[in-house]
Amino acid sequence: MSKVLKKTQLSRDVFQLVLEAPEIARERRAGQFVILQADSDYSERIPLTIADADETAGSITVIFQVVGKSTLKLAQLNAGDVVENVLGPLGMPTHIEKVGTVVCVGGGIGVAPMHPIAQAMKKAGNKVIIIMGARTKELLILEDEMRAIADEFIVCTDDGSYGRKDLVTAPLKEICEKGGVDLAVAIGPAIMMKFCAETTRPFGVKTFASLNTIMVDGTGMCGGCRVTVGGKTKFVCVDGPEFDAHEVDFDNMMLRQRSYKPQEQDANHRCRLQEAVEQLQEQK
Amino acid sequence: MSYIPAEELRKEAQELVNNIDFSALKPKDRLAIPMQEMPAQEPAVRAKNIQEVAIGYFEEQVKLEAERCLQCKNAPCIKGCPVAIDIPGFIKAAAEGDYQKSVNIIKKNSMLPAICGRVCPQETQCMAECTVGKSLKDMDKSVAIGRIERFVADWEREQGKMSLPEIAPATGKKVAVIGSGPAGLTAAADVRKAGHEVVLFEAFHKLGGVMIYGIPEFRLPKVILDKEIDNLLSMGVTIKKNFLVGRTRKLSDLLEKDGFDAVFVGTGAGLPNFMNIEGEGLVGVSSANEFLTRANLMKAYTPDKADTPIFTGKKTAVVGGGNVAMDAARMALRVGAEEVYVIYRRTEKEMPARREEIAHAKEEGITFLFLTNPKRILGDKDGKVTGIECLKYELGEPDDSGRRKPVEIKGSEFVLEMDSVIMALGNSSNPLISQTTPEINVNKWGNILANDDQKTSMERVYAGGDIVLGAATVILAMGEGRKAAESINNLLAE
Repeated sequence: MSKVLKKTQLSRDVFQLVLEAPEIARERRAGQFVILQADSDYSERIPLTIADADETAGSITVIFQVVGKSTLKLAQLNAGDVVENVLGPLGMPTHIEKVGTVVCVGGGIGVAPMHPIAQAMKKAGNKVIIIMGARTKELLILEDEMRAIADEFIVCTDDGSYGRKDLVTAPLKEICEKGGVDLAVAIGPAIMMKFCAETTRPFGVKTFASLNTIMVDGTGMCGGCRVTVGGKTKFVCVDGPEFDAHEVDFDNMMLRQRSYKPQEQDANHRCRLQEAVEQLQEQK
Repeated sequence: MSYIPAEELRKEAQELVNNIDFSALKPKDRLAIPMQEMPAQEPAVRAKNIQEVAIGYFEEQVKLEAERCLQCKNAPCIKGCPVAIDIPGFIKAAAEGDYQKSVNIIKKNSMLPAICGRVCPQETQCMAECTVGKSLKDMDKSVAIGRIERFVADWEREQGKMSLPEIAPATGKKVAVIGSGPAGLTAAADVRKAGHEVVLFEAFHKLGGVMIYGIPEFRLPKVILDKEIDNLLSMGVTIKKNFLVGRTRKLSDLLEKDGFDAVFVGTGAGLPNFMNIEGEGLVGVSSANEFLTRANLMKAYTPDKADTPIFTGKKTAVVGGGNVAMDAARMALRVGAEEVYVIYRRTEKEMPARREEIAHAKEEGITFLFLTNPKRILGDKDGKVTGIECLKYELGEPDDSGRRKPVEIKGSEFVLEMDSVIMALGNSSNPLISQTTPEINVNKWGNILANDDQKTSMERVYAGGDIVLGAATVILAMGEGRKAAESINNLLAE
């Protein structure tokens, strides 16, 4: 059982929980994730990247967007409540080394998992360029934290409500054209990662993407998280979550991410979800 | 086997019990007693509910079945049992109506009798050696050892009389057991009995390993599993759930930093195999592991309560011929499929699944397509499964496994309309321990190499169950857990 130490609402439907988890805080490395389950009997197991950790305080931070019943259950927790099951750290840590110049592209909620990676890349002595984007200004998260790490910092919004009115791929392309980029890391919606990979490919810039597939156990048993990488079946939970973005079959990944959409998008259920999110906002 | 209603079985047994003089039975009289069928829920009813299919023997049936045993002096059945239970001993006690004595005899060797009585493949183990079956020239008519075992174990639990084994005085030694499946639970119990402190690490939020995530409720009710585990752990085993050794803590740190004197690795089977054919990435294709984990561990068979969704097609194909394929096919029926097909490339004779499971699946209306294998899975423009293209096969020369190798018949392609496909093709090993503990040697399939004492290449580390055997059975895993515990107890006694 893990106690919720702090809850913060970061944007309209994005929440941040700081959880008591000393064993995970001690072992975790950038790029790894946890699985959260609100209660043992009927709750879903939800994979979430560890956005930050404090080994001394014995705590980890997770950030998530309310997209269904299970994430809503988590959003309704407050400081002092408990999450019955927290398992981790899971997955292979990001390979961190000094390569020179690293471009970190974070989109939407993907900025959360990008944060510890950008931090570690900077600490390893790299020049870190951060591009972050969101559909609109309200959906931007962790701007100050990311700005503090970056040597160069670019914000984009799709609607131009803040920063550049552009997709993240536009500044990424300009940076690649200038040259001198040694590595790119892209984390965000699958479609964004796909187009980041297509942007860097002609420049031969090595690019990693951190994949967020469907997952049940997260320990190398169920096979739900399988993806095709370089023509081979790989499992995100034990082989990933990071893969060479130029090798990932993003189209199939996006297809499989929608496997349970019909069940999740039950109209009735969707409507109640919306109400509950609004209530949470009012409380705030 | 065809379905006989439970009440009829009971009536037949009652009449026989009343008409037989049990005081003077000769071997030929014993051989004349008919083998007692397992009473089960009516097939059409059970295919739509999740309750246990087999109801368990009536008392009269236990009496009759136990009296069929010839009490052979050389007891060939014991040699067939991976944990060497005194089978004639517990059957004799059951025949005498002393169920407590009977279950106590079993528990000297098996800590989980209600589970083994249900899921052990007795027909290839103890029953395969039985003199009764040999005398009747029909091994299906061997004494139904597992059904008697189940009866006495259930009797004890229902009486609320589950007894605890004696525990030796504390030794001050500490042992880590990784994984709470059949191997880990058995090892934990046996090491604890020797007086050592035991910490049991489990990655999931529930104990039981494959018995909780894999074997369905309708074969092994989870209340029974929980009771057997509770009983075992009341011996004073410390539980650490949500703890993935290799990630939450390195195995070497347990030994070097956390003060453990020995470690048992019983992490079970790993990632599911796929066929690597076209269309396996379509929506509606899942592994049996995923399908059963959603249904069992996450309780997706109760959609009104569970948050975890499950893919409920109307026409489901299950590819494979093992017990997992049977479990997945029968679960698919129970979560809403109207038609379920099992596709297997050899014939029924070569199917590795238990006869009883195949018979149950057939009774429930599952269609078997033998000598058939998928070529590709077909989908629509949205990437959803619409069908499966198969090839007909014939049996050729025997292969390495001794079974005749299935050979495809060229040009025999045909298409079956389907909206979901479940792949039940076995597992490869879980890579986590080997990824994070280079000191432990594994074979080319990633299974941990263990010697006859279950010792691995790393000092003070033992392993057993599916992580060593590949996909095996509950009882074989228990056997390995037991052997490993003995080795650990010997090591710590030095």
